[in-house]
Order: sequence, then C-alpha cells, then structure tokens
Amino acid sequence: MSINRRQFIKIAGISTIMGLGGTSAVDLLQRNWLEAAQYSPDPKALTAKRWAMVVDVSKLKTEDDYKNIMDACHRVHNVPELGNPKDEIKWIWKETYEHAFPGQEHEYLTEGIKHKPFLMLCNHCDNPPCVRVCPTKATFKRKDGIVMMDMHRCIGCRFCMAGCPFGARSFNWKDPRPFIKEENKEFPTRMKGVVEKCTFCYERLAKGLIPACVEASQEAAKKAGTKPGLVFGDLSDPNSEVRRILSSHFSIRRKSELGTQPSVYYIIGGNDHA
Amino acid sequence: MYNGLKIIIGLLIFVAFVTFPFYSKMGKATTKPDPKIDTPVIQELAEKKCVEPKDFMKTEHMKMLNDWRDLVVREGNLIYVASDGGKYIMSLQNTCMNCHSNKKKFCDECHNYSAVVPYCWDCHIQPKENKT
Ligand code: SF4
Ligand code: SF4
Repeated sequence: MSINRRQFIKIAGISTIMGLGGTSAVDLLQRNWLEAAQYSPDPKALTAKRWAMVVDVSKLKTEDDYKNIMDACHRVHNVPELGNPKDEIKWIWKETYEHAFPGQEHEYLTEGIKHKPFLMLCNHCDNPPCVRVCPTKATFKRKDGIVMMDMHRCIGCRFCMAGCPFGARSFNWKDPRPFIKEENKEFPTRMKGVVEKCTFCYERLAKGLIPACVEASQEAAKKAGTKPGLVFGDLSDPNSEVRRILSSHFSIRRKSELGTQPSVYYIIGGNDHA
Repeated sequence: MYNGLKIIIGLLIFVAFVTFPFYSKMGKATTKPDPKIDTPVIQELAEKKCVEPKDFMKTEHMKMLNDWRDLVVREGNLIYVASDGGKYIMSLQNTCMNCHSNKKKFCDECHNYSAVVPYCWDCHIQPKENKT
C-alpha cells in the first residue's frame, strides 16, 4: 500500500500531537507533586526594599581594621587566596582614593586621603550593567536590590566583568579548592570557569544575620569602644541607620556619573555619626 | 562476489567487536546498587524517614533538588514544608548531607551504577568520610 504525501502529513501531524499530549500528561502528573509542595522564607530573615551599605573610612584606622573585615568575608564564603594578582579572587578589597574615585583626585589632596585605603565591594547597583549583559541570567537583581549570582547558571563568558565598571567581579581561572585555607563547610566553593563577587551575604540575611563584614566591623568597634566603619541597612526606610548617617554626613559613591546608582556609600569626613 | 572472503571476515570481526560488551558480561551478574543509610545521624533518628517518602525520593530527588536550588538561590526561600508537615531547610550541603554523610555508599552507589555524573560536588562540599 502506498500513501500519498497528503496522507503522510496527516498521520505525522496526528502522531506528533498525540506524542506531545502524552509526554505533557506525564510531566503534569509528576510536576503536580512538586508544585503542591510548600516553601517559604525563614520568618527570621532580614528583609528590606533596598539594601545598602555605608563605608566610613575614617573609622578604619589600622591595617588590622581592614584585614579583620576582609578576612571575615573571605573566610565564610570560601574565597581562595591564589597569591598572584592575575588570578586574584576578591569579594571585598582595598583600593587607593585615586583608583576608587577616578576624576576626583588632585595633586593637593590631604596626605590622609591620598594614602588612605578604601574598602571596595560590589555596589549592588540599582541599574546594574552586569545584569543587563549576562546572557543566562546567572546574575540578576533581587527585589531587595541585591545583585545575586546563581553559580548554577554561570557559563563563564565574563560579559559581566566587561560590563561592571567597578572591577567587582573575579573569574576562576583555576579550581579554587586547593587555595582555600580553611573551608567553611556550610557554604559552597566555586569551580573553575565561573565568575564570583560579593552577594551582600544573602545566605546570612536569609537566616536573620547581618553581612559578615559588617558583623566583624561591629565586633571590632565594640571591643575598641568606637563606632563601626561599616553600616548596613534599608535605604528605603527613612529611619534606618544608613539613612540617618547619609542625611547627616557628606557622602560620595563610586563613579556615580555612569548612572549605575551604586548602593554603597562612602563617608570621608571625620566626625562621629550618632 | 569479489573479495568475498575478505568481506565476510571483515563482517565477522565487526560483529564480534560491536557485541563485545554483551558477551563479555554474559552470565556474570552485575552487582545491584545497594545504597546504605547507616550513618550516625540517621541511626539516631527516632523514625528513619527522609523529607518525603522513600519511593518519591528515589525517583524524584533530582527534580526536587533542582527546584530547591531555584527556590533558594533565585526566589529567596529557605524552608521546605514537606507533605507530612515537617519543616526543613532547603540545602543539599547542610540538610541532605547532614544525614547522608556517606556520599560514597549512598549517592555514588546508584550514580556510578547508572553512569550519571552530577556536578553538584564541583562546588558543594561533600562530607568528610571516615574510611571504615
Ligand atoms: S558593582 Fe559591578 S558587579 Fe556589582 S552590581 Fe554594580 S555593575 Fe554589577
Ligand atoms: S560570566 Fe557568568 S554571570 Fe557573567 S555574564 Fe557570563 S554567564 Fe553571566
């Protein structure tokens, strides 16, 4: 028996439809179980409309003040120490005024500012270019303003590194595991070929803890009887500590002329915030 | 037929070659995977049960973990309410592996048997196993 072209297309069409219907019915049955599952954030989680950080560099005096903060972050997040600036992975790091705020420097800056290290981290920009260029949505902006990394999706194209004007992102050129001094068993590491950066400690906020760097800074300040150099809070809440500091001090942001709207603010002046 | 002998010998070699995996294993029983749940944490549980029934976990754990990771990383959730009402933190590294601290005898047992290589462990730290 021979069939003509018309019959063939009909049969093919019908069997495709049946095939599609068949698989989706199976999928639906299985999916229903998972979709019926309930999940929720932890009720203890810290929430905000827009998280922000204030870095008051006048409160950071000694080398140890910086080291203490940077180590706290890198320790809890399994950030490797590769001992080579070309491969360096950093979530929070030191930079000179001239590099942090290019265009703002001039030859007659006070000695204090000229040689003062500034703490840098991802700015969690309100208008983040890194998110716009990521082809897989591995980096995305959460409702609370955090610019997140989903390591499961990163394909290591490094578009985000080209997009970020702040150098906040690092690429894993090697397997980082052998270079992690002491693993934090509760947090994953990264693998070769993905990009990483500060995530404002989303995993700690989810459990009701403030970011590790802010905690370290607060603890050090309490011991020394001073005010902490890092303050974290909700920018949309006029009564939050960050807003109180910003409304009473002169503050600057990195490269604000680029329009990315950073959420990390720097206070350079000396007097104490209330 | 030209070169008949050569063709037939060639064919025989070819057939022997492609069927090699079958007859080389013929008659030998492969060991069935036998995942163990005898870890200290599980031993101490009053009722030895996972977050969902065993049969569901057996066939659906990969989908569940996939859902968990999106729910946590992308949607900011943390707590899973199981079908029996129990609450669990959605975390492979901290929840699953806390009980199943015997990755070699639990995860790898079936994964090796079915030749799947999940890349979870490229980043998630696997439990330190004491070699006993
Ligand atoms: S600082 Fe860079 S990485 Fe961070 S949100 Fe802004 S553009 Fe993205
Ligand atoms: S390197 Fe990863 S996060 Fe960056 S743009 Fe590419 S896929 Fe996105």
